[in-house]
Amino acid sequence: MNGNKDDTSSKIGMWLFILSEIILFGGLFILYAVYRFKNPSAFHLAAEELNRPFGTINTLILITSSLTMALSISCVQKGNRRSSLVFLLATLLLGFVFLANKYFEWAGKIHHEIYPDSPRLLERNKGEILFYGLYYSMTGLHGLHVLVGLGVLLFMGILITKRKIDETNFAPLENSGLYWHLVDIIWIFLFPLFYLIP
Amino acid sequence: MPSEISGEVRPEASFFKSKGRFHGIPGWIFSTDHKRIGILYLISILLFFFTGVSLGFLMRLELIAPGPTIMKPQTYNALFTLHGVIMIFLFVIPGIPSIFGNFFMPIQIGARDVAFPRINLLSWWIYIVGAALVILSLFTGGGPVDTGWTFYVPYSLRTTVNVPLAVFGVFILGFSSILTGINFVTTIHRLRSPGMNWFRLPLFVWSLYATAWVQILVTPVVGITLLLTLLERLVGVGIFDPAKGGDPILYQHLFWIYSHPAVYIMILPAMGVISEIIPVFARRTIFGYKAIAFSSLAIASVGSLVWGHHMFVSGQSDLASLIFSLLTFLVAVPSAIKVFNWVATLYKGSIEVKPPLLFGLTFIFLFSIGGLTGLFQGALATDVHLHDTYWVVGHFHYIIFGGTGFALFGALHYWFPKMFGKMVQNTIPYLSWGFLFVGFNILYFPMLILGWEGMPRRYYDYLAQFHTLQLTSTIGSWILIAGLILMFGNLFYSLLKGERAGENPWGSATLEWQIPSPPPKENFEKIPVVKKGPYEYERE
Repeated sequence: MNGNKDDTSSKIGMWLFILSEIILFGGLFILYAVYRFKNPSAFHLAAEELNRPFGTINTLILITSSLTMALSISCVQKGNRRSSLVFLLATLLLGFVFLANKYFEWAGKIHHEIYPDSPRLLERNKGEILFYGLYYSMTGLHGLHVLVGLGVLLFMGILITKRKIDETNFAPLENSGLYWHLVDIIWIFLFPLFYLIP
Repeated sequence: MPSEISGEVRPEASFFKSKGRFHGIPGWIFSTDHKRIGILYLISILLFFFTGVSLGFLMRLELIAPGPTIMKPQTYNALFTLHGVIMIFLFVIPGIPSIFGNFFMPIQIGARDVAFPRINLLSWWIYIVGAALVILSLFTGGGPVDTGWTFYVPYSLRTTVNVPLAVFGVFILGFSSILTGINFVTTIHRLRSPGMNWFRLPLFVWSLYATAWVQILVTPVVGITLLLTLLERLVGVGIFDPAKGGDPILYQHLFWIYSHPAVYIMILPAMGVISEIIPVFARRTIFGYKAIAFSSLAIASVGSLVWGHHMFVSGQSDLASLIFSLLTFLVAVPSAIKVFNWVATLYKGSIEVKPPLLFGLTFIFLFSIGGLTGLFQGALATDVHLHDTYWVVGHFHYIIFGGTGFALFGALHYWFPKMFGKMVQNTIPYLSWGFLFVGFNILYFPMLILGWEGMPRRYYDYLAQFHTLQLTSTIGSWILIAGLILMFGNLFYSLLKGERAGENPWGSATLEWQIPSPPPKENFEKIPVVKKGPYEYERE
């Protein structure tokens, strides 16, 4: 038996990796929980300044991209290479738009001189400093995961074009899809924590 | 290779000689053969072990007399940090799983390789990159790190030395550990040969399985902690910085959520080795197979919930301390279960004290001292007195060196014939063991007394009243190092000049001993069908 060809193995491996990713972010969620508990009003004040529509749009974008990702996998499984590539491209595009939005959001905040260690931020309440410390760390790490995901999906696109991924061999695409959903789900937790909770 | 599909492979030369895509050194550093990767780890990990030993030797030499002896205080701070970082992250954590786990686990379960051979190779490369970054941090930026291996904030945020690179190096090493863990869990689930059910697994495999779960589940926590420390240094996010509202106690929590279970990553595989060695040299089925197997899982799970006992004096709540203290006492139970079962296995066995067993028995003795001294620290009131003293250093070295270190030496002597196809010269190991055992106790037992008398750890200088014990300890380090030189010298000599080893020189029942020494590239000509347990000698 060659371990490389065992799809169940590679899926188990991927789930274990996802588990470790969840725990990586888990550390940040614990920090968020403790600091929010210690500074409820400062967190509330700081969160008011984040742009809710921006966050909502980004949430919709990522959820849609998860849908197109799933459709892309489904198309490959049915041997529909062309539409699989179209859906994959759509996923890539949506991921890219998400990052662009994030860039403008960050740029806006940085323009108002709110970024880690900025003199303007340091003048404020310690709870607000922490809020923005967590905001930049958590959305930054998440953004990095989106970026890595885009790279992986791009690579999958190349494999589909080269017919290395088709209806007989689609485990790598499925695993990339799992990763993409993970990135999506993490955002679904980040969004209310930073934008919605009063 | 087309023959793989049929499940049968031609009898081949040993994995040392088989030809792959590359020859010479590239044939090794780009090989996905789990045995070659095991040897790569063996070489690199032993190199770091020798480095760590040298640093420890220098520290002991500095402490031979009160006052400055051979170095400046700042050098001493760098030495104990580096000794800790190298020994923990580059030697003991990868140690037994990466060397012997990689080499033997697939063979012991009747597989041709791990589930993800390329990721296995990748994890070695990541290990080398992480190690290189740690080494590079010595010579760049503000120079060698002086924070201690724990990188505690806020000091690690304030000190001018090269914390960022060192922390990043350790962060990278975490990936290597996680990937090995994922690989092992998947392999043990998927690649067991026909008939190899869970209760026919050698106990070494059980211990690796428990360890691998710990690696997957807790390593990411230290990953994020170190990443945030790095961010703190680079952009000042403030999450751990008290000046910006951050809480250093939270750093300690997150750090120990990983670093306490990491102690079990270090000791569990060692316990697995002992469970292999003891039945072979007592010629008896292991006593309490299931108890030993499940106690590995119990240690892994309860051991992940005791981290707060590192923080009894840090300012966490009394309630938290109480709970952590209780759990700490609980985790001693599965360890004791193992010890009792090993001893019970020896009872009425026809014991042959070959070098591997000698090291195995020493493990039980030293680990018991280490375990029992640990309970003193787990008790809330006593810990106030013992915290951050030499007692802790002594306790830790009894567990990690006396335990994992001696188990690793035992594993080397036990599996050497299989790995290299040569027997180890048989009298020198007893002599080197004598030096190691005597040297070890002279080196570390005085530390327990020093700590009890109040000598704080990590101090460059000490009061005159501690001189005798410090001197004794330093002399012990010389004896220990003499033992190491003798032992590794003998192993090296045996590698070159040793007698040829047959398939099964010890008469073991596990699968790795049923194939040629050294194993052929694909391990098994035909995937074996397993019909009996791993320690059934009598029924043969």
